[in-house]
Amino acid sequence: MKLHEYQAKRLFASVGISIPRGVVAATPEEAAKAYETLKRQCLPAPRILNTFSESTRQAGAVEGHAFACNVKAQIHAGGRGKAGGVVVATSAAEAAACATRLLGMRLVTKQTGPDGLPVSAVLVDERIDVKHEWYLAVTLDRFHATPMVLASAQGGMDIEEVAVTMPKAIIREPIDIEQGLSPAQLQRIAAAFGCQGQLAEAVYKTVRGLWALYDANDASLIEINPLVLTADGRVLALDAKVVLDDNALFRHPDLAALRDPSQEHPMEYKASQIGISYVGLEGNIGCLVNGAGLAMATNDIIKLCGGNPANFLDVGGGANVEQVTNAFSIILEDKKVSAMLVNIFGGIMRCDWIAQGLLNATQTLHVNVPMVVRLQGTNVEEGRRLLREAKSLNLISVGELEDAARKVVELAR
Amino acid sequence: MSILIDRDTNVLVQGITGQAGAFHAEKMLEYKTKVVGGVTPGKGGDTIHGVPVFNSVTEARQTTHATATVIFVPARFAFGAIQEAIDARIPLIVVITEGIPTMDMVRVRRKLQGTGIRLIGPNCPGLITPGQCKIGIMPGYIHKPGRIGVLSRSGTLTYDAVYQLTQAGLGQSTCIGIGGDPVLGSGFVELLQLFQDDPDTDAVVMIGEIGGTEEEEAAKFIQTRMTKPVFAFIAGRMAPKEKRMGHAGAIVAGGKGTAVEKMNTLRASGVTVVDSPAAIGTTVAASLAKSPTVRV
Repeated sequence: MKLHEYQAKRLFASVGISIPRGVVAATPEEAAKAYETLKRQCLPAPRILNTFSESTRQAGAVEGHAFACNVKAQIHAGGRGKAGGVVVATSAAEAAACATRLLGMRLVTKQTGPDGLPVSAVLVDERIDVKHEWYLAVTLDRFHATPMVLASAQGGMDIEEVAVTMPKAIIREPIDIEQGLSPAQLQRIAAAFGCQGQLAEAVYKTVRGLWALYDANDASLIEINPLVLTADGRVLALDAKVVLDDNALFRHPDLAALRDPSQEHPMEYKASQIGISYVGLEGNIGCLVNGAGLAMATNDIIKLCGGNPANFLDVGGGANVEQVTNAFSIILEDKKVSAMLVNIFGGIMRCDWIAQGLLNATQTLHVNVPMVVRLQGTNVEEGRRLLREAKSLNLISVGELEDAARKVVELAR
Repeated sequence: MSILIDRDTNVLVQGITGQAGAFHAEKMLEYKTKVVGGVTPGKGGDTIHGVPVFNSVTEARQTTHATATVIFVPARFAFGAIQEAIDARIPLIVVITEGIPTMDMVRVRRKLQGTGIRLIGPNCPGLITPGQCKIGIMPGYIHKPGRIGVLSRSGTLTYDAVYQLTQAGLGQSTCIGIGGDPVLGSGFVELLQLFQDDPDTDAVVMIGEIGGTEEEEAAKFIQTRMTKPVFAFIAGRMAPKEKRMGHAGAIVAGGKGTAVEKMNTLRASGVTVVDSPAAIGTTVAASLAKSPTVRV
């Protein structure tokens, strides 16, 4: 589960990670008020705005010495700056105008897909004079079964790109879950950022804070990109990304309550609510499968046979008639679907139960796309008999997976 | 022979009075697995399917001399159950439970260090030595005793592959589902080593999927340490990256997480990679038929 930037920044503040002053706003009026509040908090210290970094320049030129804010669209995806989701405002009226434009729109970034994600809040942040940008994250090293710090002096860029083009620019420090980070590790990270003395201390505090948050909240990723050195010599998290381990949400009800379904694919969200794993794909062949591995393999074989799957769907291990019906209704909500492949390997789940579920579902839902059903495993004969006897259906029962895939690809054409 | 389990393995079932535990304990007994005890705190003294229930793993181990335990307890209590099994020094722990928090497994892995205890799973179907011992939830009848080792990150896809092998006349020495979670008790590499050392395994079928670097590590091991033929299928060529692999995953893997990358790496290491999930059995059979050193 992902958090919004403003929610993540609240977590940062709770462990002493420095963030820009900011106020979240859900209406243009609130955005205008946020601007005034920040202006009051930030002045009288005069703010002279320079444009040190690439991202600062991209965010837009600032004229004169007026107090400036960033109005940042809150969506669960990166790439907002380049997509016009971060706008500079130099007056309350401008802040309101920015908010009017952003709120309610679907922001399309290179991470969102063509439909974009809806903006229902903006974060109005004081604008920061940036001297350096770094990358800092805590995530899991799966193979070694340990959390680790990732740090790079190449902040502000797409970190995947850094990983590919300059893998040596990223340092990894595995974290001892009992002891936390060692002084030597902290020093290596600060050194990678070129920080000494007071600045190094500020980096240590930030790294320790990230690990504390990761550990206390069962995160799977906490990322600051960029972490910056400000012109006035502070270390500050300009952005914040937190991804939580879904399996651990039961022990963090306060965080679980922050889930924002508007940021999720509607069908994926609906499916997840009833224990079905669903991922929408581009093709026209709907897939209903039991087991995640088999569901992926089913998508693969459709592709191998020259077709295109419309979805990945794992109906789950203990699926019953109701669950199969639910799965059908989710698949058929996708109007691209012109044929369906049902692939079930019955283990504990008996093929005759699945067949009964299919028949019930097709009757209640008036399924009118052709369907290829491949049943294998426990009670398969009984399952196939049930399907055979229901003659009225637009349904073909096939024993072998490859035959089934060929058939459904043909029908979908 | 086989690896890890055989007809002499004495099995405990943790969570035996729960719905899944009770159901699968019965199925394991039907397969003639030696289920010697169950554990449910507070239910000690009961019996279920003729199996005595104990309050703790330690008590069960003292009475039954169990050499393996299988865990069916719900995810939020799984860490405690695993910890109990480790403290009781059960040499083989099989965790079926799905949905265990990742940090719990990170702690489990740390606790396992230096104990010599092997943990399989979590989020796995378990393991089976056909005709001898079944510890887990797989349908027993699709298996057949033989000389092919099977390793997999999946559940039903493994059943499908095993079924194909059996149809092709190829029995299995031991089949192991290593689990679908990011942090696992045992990886491909350690289990490939066991199959390599097992005199009664002639070849290995490995079923991987996108994400992580298990397959890449396996490829390195196979290239340098394995003399037995290895066949692999990797699921998920069609999976969109951003759905399956988070931002951090892509960094960690450094471009190594996709199915195509994994397939290429395995091929380059001498593994026969099967493109179609429906051709696993036939590919293995055709290849081994040509090999004079393999008795199948």
